[in-house]
Amino acid sequence: MNRFARLLEALVFTPGRNGKLRLLEHYFAVTGDPERGYALAALTGTLSLATAKPAVIRALVAERVDPVLFDLSYDFVGDLAETVALIWPEAERKTEAVADSTALDLTEVITTLQRSSRTEVARLLGNWLDRLDATGRHALLKLITGGLRVGVSARLAKTALANWSGHDLTEIEELWHAQTVPYEALFAWLEHRGNRPAADLALSFRPLMLANPLEDRDVTTLDATQYRAEWKWDGIRIQVVGHGDTARLYSRTGDEIGATFPDVRDTIRFHAVLDGELLVLDGDRVAAFADLQQRLNRKTVSPKLMRERPAHVRLYDILVEDGDDLRSAPFDVRRTRLERWFARIQPERMDLSPLIPFRDWAELVALRDSARARAIEGLMLKRADGAYIAGRPVGPWWKWKRDPLTADAVLMYAQRGHGKRSSFYSDFTFGAWRQGALVPIGKAYFGFTDVELHQLDRWVREHTLRSYGPVREVEPSLVLEVAFDSIQRSNRHKSGLAMRFPRIHRIRWDKPAQEADRLESLERLIDA
Amino acid sequence: MARRSRMADWLDVRSEGLLVVPAGVYIDPVRSVDRAIVTHGHADHARPGHGAVLATPETLAIMRTRLGDQAGRHQQPATYGETVRLGNVAVTLFPAGHVLGSAQVLLEHAGTRVVVSGDYKRQADPTCTSFDLVPCDLFITEATFGLPVFRHPPAEQEVTRLLAARALHRDRCVLLAVYGLGKCQRMIALLRAAGHDAPIYLHGALQALCRLYTDLGIKLGPLHPVVGTTPDAMAGAIVLAPPSATRDRWMRRLPDPMVAQASGWMRVRQRAKQRGVELPLVVSDHADWDELCRTILETGAEEVWVTHGREEALVHFATQQGIRAQALSMVGFEEDGA
Repeated sequence: MNRFARLLEALVFTPGRNGKLRLLEHYFAVTGDPERGYALAALTGTLSLATAKPAVIRALVAERVDPVLFDLSYDFVGDLAETVALIWPEAERKTEAVADSTALDLTEVITTLQRSSRTEVARLLGNWLDRLDATGRHALLKLITGGLRVGVSARLAKTALANWSGHDLTEIEELWHAQTVPYEALFAWLEHRGNRPAADLALSFRPLMLANPLEDRDVTTLDATQYRAEWKWDGIRIQVVGHGDTARLYSRTGDEIGATFPDVRDTIRFHAVLDGELLVLDGDRVAAFADLQQRLNRKTVSPKLMRERPAHVRLYDILVEDGDDLRSAPFDVRRTRLERWFARIQPERMDLSPLIPFRDWAELVALRDSARARAIEGLMLKRADGAYIAGRPVGPWWKWKRDPLTADAVLMYAQRGHGKRSSFYSDFTFGAWRQGALVPIGKAYFGFTDVELHQLDRWVREHTLRSYGPVREVEPSLVLEVAFDSIQRSNRHKSGLAMRFPRIHRIRWDKPAQEADRLESLERLIDA
Repeated sequence: MARRSRMADWLDVRSEGLLVVPAGVYIDPVRSVDRAIVTHGHADHARPGHGAVLATPETLAIMRTRLGDQAGRHQQPATYGETVRLGNVAVTLFPAGHVLGSAQVLLEHAGTRVVVSGDYKRQADPTCTSFDLVPCDLFITEATFGLPVFRHPPAEQEVTRLLAARALHRDRCVLLAVYGLGKCQRMIALLRAAGHDAPIYLHGALQALCRLYTDLGIKLGPLHPVVGTTPDAMAGAIVLAPPSATRDRWMRRLPDPMVAQASGWMRVRQRAKQRGVELPLVVSDHADWDELCRTILETGAEEVWVTHGREEALVHFATQQGIRAQALSMVGFEEDGA
């Protein structure tokens, strides 16, 4: 438990992806079975454990700590789990060595929680907390209240397994969902001690095929007769895996998100693996991305939310049909199979992403530029003869986003970045004019070069009006040309607007701030 | 806010600080005064421009290093345990274990013993003399970490964590944020004791005090300035700097630094996260909650005044123990570097 707790703590404080990978790789290397398997399951959120409500935890601590001292401490710390972890009385000072030797191990905790009820958890918890140090107590309380939140996706964990073992990531991803906690067979294979685990892959995640951006390349260098075109939808990528009565929904990173979208999952009765875009509908139109965001990252979802923001899948590929793996077939063949399958099954809450007929690139360019409808980001170009290849192969699939919208905004606040950027003011909040005052309209932290970052940083330091911790308010005199994919109404922002994917396009050192855009002109860009 | 104790009505809290009336001397005054007793060399306790200063020889040396000719016109050294009479008050300094030269002040007058703890800790520290328990009637205690969530683990354990993180990231350097007086030298000494004998690199602001510690006989091993060292040479190295430098352009010269900070505040995650710390180390030169409580009881004091920090919880604790207690609010003291 203590080693796991220290891993969690390090993951929370480590900002970069590479740093997190290194911590995970090290942990898998030095930790034995079955503990590392349980840790892996806990990190990737694949466990279903008995939980305890905050009130139970408060009651436990009230038996041990003076209430006045507890309240003063809670006021100071701000987080219940952390306050309890820190204030929990220790009979004697526990060094890490002592805590390790009285070992409450993760395996014991998780296997017990798997078969316990809530009332039993409340009874066990006090004794467990007595056996841990502060870091261990914090990890346990987070585990038990269901909020680890350490920024590790299933994909990141699998990447760490691949880096550490030298096995191919794609192979691990395929096997992954056929494995059961605590993954002993998987680890044996990863450590070259055992065979590739036999697995019924029917419900597995198939690693996705991804597209390359076309931006830097002239479309006319491609042979138009060899490509098929589809709209590029502004939703989230989803893989639908149906196996009769069971179904799974996987995100782009291979995380299972079926519980977040039961309205889609529970209608599935077919045997197929499909690739598509998850969208939220508003009547028969696609709703704004903000509506989809309301549905993401929820462990449970209310009937009301499902009614108001129904989920829907727009299909564009079929990988497996009735056990028949189609991934090596050319795109055209898969498309025909998809259309026939769709006509035959008529799945609920799904439709087909249409192919867009075109004669030449000129016609497609015109279509792309005129497509300003909500939920369309641009076009996808897919080679007619291309197989479905996991990863991001160059050539068969291109994403061709429509040209971004731009606005001239005024820099208002700058915030220091994290990790390598912690000495740079690199997160910029910018605004537009409304009745002579600036209203913030967005925030961006990329789009500029390293040289420009140095220039912006210097400018911020020289034009600071006020500092609020890591944030500086600057003189409203620098204009940033901001690019964004779309702009939508939002009642969560003071300006009433929310930009999609804003980035700094150019720094307009030359332009007077008074000539920057007004809020009204941005409102005119809102999607139809 | 002037409060007079029935027990020691010869002490007075003025805007300058705590005044020992019959001796005409302030303890750690926040402004320049004619006569001061200074418990230790931290900037919020040792202010410039006093007329006469009574302190340990080490504290006086630190003040001269930091304040130059503002270190007090007349400097009167008093070694630990040596009693000095000021008016009709007997003043004796005892080790506080906080930083080199730090002292508690025992005041004896009219049959009453008063101890002003200054900042103190009871954990061992290779760079200063250990805390002495001084029995007294009235104990005036600091309370920087006066909440029961603050429990400092053994510093050696935190240093082990630092070295383990360094071993896992050989291509990066560890940028350890430390307060310039005390924490800096203690961390270096702890690293040396843990077997780290490679050169340690210092931000310019830390050099003078490290030199002074070395001159006063504290062994710190090879120390190099960051200035003039190439980034390549610092890969895998440990670099020490004041906390402000970790957010400053200065750090850009370092090879992919992992920011660590050694402070009692690191115990609270949100604090560490806010400061952008990647490796929080709970190492403090102040007493933690358990030490604060234990010390109050062990002094045998009938009355406790609490100052410098979160007074409320400690006053509550003392009252629960049947000890008269009150918060003594004094302005001008900072929490940084704790």
